[in-house]
Amino acid sequence: MKAIVTVIGEDRVGIIATVCTDLAAYNVNVLDISQTVMQGYFTMMMVVDVSNATCPVAELAQKFDEKGKEMGLSIRLQRAEIFKAMHRV
Amino acid sequence: MLSFKDILATQDMIDKRHLDIRTITMGISLLDCAHEDVNECARRIYDKITRKAENLVKVGEEIEWEFGIPIVNKRISVTPIAIVGNSCNTDSYVPLAIAMDKAAQECGVNFIGGFSALVQKGCTKGDWILMDSIPEAMKATNLVCSSVNVGSTKAGINMDAVAKMGNIIKKTAELTADNDGLGCAKLVVFANAVEDNPFMAGAFHGVGEPEVELNVGVSGPGVVYHALQSVKGQPFDVVAETIKKTAFRITRMGQMVGVEAGKRLDVPFGIVDLSLAPTPAVGDSVARILEEMGLEVCGTHGTTAALALLNDAVKKGGVMASNHVGGLSGAFIPVSEDEGMIAAAESGVLTLDKLEAMTCVCSVGLDMIAVPGDTSAATISAIIADEAAIGMVNSKTTAVRIIPAPGKTVGDRVEMGGLLGSAPVMPVHGESAADFIARGGRIPAPLQSLKN
Repeated sequence: MKAIVTVIGEDRVGIIATVCTDLAAYNVNVLDISQTVMQGYFTMMMVVDVSNATCPVAELAQKFDEKGKEMGLSIRLQRAEIFKAMHRV
Repeated sequence: MLSFKDILATQDMIDKRHLDIRTITMGISLLDCAHEDVNECARRIYDKITRKAENLVKVGEEIEWEFGIPIVNKRISVTPIAIVGNSCNTDSYVPLAIAMDKAAQECGVNFIGGFSALVQKGCTKGDWILMDSIPEAMKATNLVCSSVNVGSTKAGINMDAVAKMGNIIKKTAELTADNDGLGCAKLVVFANAVEDNPFMAGAFHGVGEPEVELNVGVSGPGVVYHALQSVKGQPFDVVAETIKKTAFRITRMGQMVGVEAGKRLDVPFGIVDLSLAPTPAVGDSVARILEEMGLEVCGTHGTTAALALLNDAVKKGGVMASNHVGGLSGAFIPVSEDEGMIAAAESGVLTLDKLEAMTCVCSVGLDMIAVPGDTSAATISAIIADEAAIGMVNSKTTAVRIIPAPGKTVGDRVEMGGLLGSAPVMPVHGESAADFIARGGRIPAPLQSLKN
């Protein structure tokens, strides 16, 4: 089961490191990463595999939401199907 | 591979354009709850609803988090209570409404629909009892919604029921006068009511439906409004295309959520209702979409044409995105629940007569309209008759959800709170229709050919 992690916020040292460490802690495998800086904002998208995650996806999404608030960033983990449904026929 | 652009576009729609799943509504058949003792019937109703919908809210919330899409309402619709209660030896179905209310509270849903009767051709004993029970039921419960279908294209209009409902609406307003007649916001009178509508106040689980099913209502006036801002001044062909594409995306999301929720609840997925349902929030208004097409204020000349285009394009875009489309499927124009409609009504541009014309081309009808508290029952019945006639002749669903706000007059405002919003009291014609309503009987079903 694939999910998309998006991280948006002010650029600073260690964002990727922190997010990846947390993903690893929940046994979530990172399949792809792309990142860019848009209008001064750090924007990262990761495709991750949550099939073997150590907690349910809904809980995982909540944990990253909280983590984002802690770090002053927007961090979201959403199952990939929603984007496919909306943008692919 | 998904692109950055697509992902950010979806998140933008959710964060800034109020994109959401408006409701997942579980329809539950109560046909096996009938019993001659009304208290036993009430017990069975409570047990069945709480058993079937036990996990509805939990599953809804799980899906919200997993997919990152808000599901604003989780609701329940049940078999029309006039049918379920018909075997009871009683003269009031209020105990059944109370059982529904308690079950809805237990399940954590925010509305339950189906305190309903289908009387388009005539009334059974149970139908009369149900209609008589509505005012007290609306007072005694918080979450129960009621609807009565008084006409259809095939049966004509039951004018005895129309006359009755004028009185019932007045009485409901009086009994809930402490809250500006809030009871009337949970009561809708239909023509051509649909059996799989997920939206309140008109949802009920029709007798042609399965034991249990899950219907989904999507929304997104804000998304459509935003999309139209990018095609300013362009011809209507472009406008229609833009709306279709947007509606397609919104509906695909609804379809996906509906199927997923059905799977988890082990309940068959029913339909996606392709409606644009506004909320009182700024940026979530159907009126503002019409104005974006080039109208200074919603309600001015051109509004009906704009709405016709919008309604049709939403359906065309949505119908390919879902494998089963149903419910009401059309743009809603509730006055109190739409920030742009409220402003247009307050400015005096949007009148009851214009709203009536608009209901010829969209779903559903005169919705969430506050009128002066001294409006007579006969006048309300006549308003219902007009709407029912539009539905009957045009083979479409129409409805009236009207609030004769006790003690209020034109210029006042009715506050209902939450998603129900607030409405300015709108003027009605003062000339009487009492003799017209007093005739009773039935308006025959209309001809279905020779249509000019």
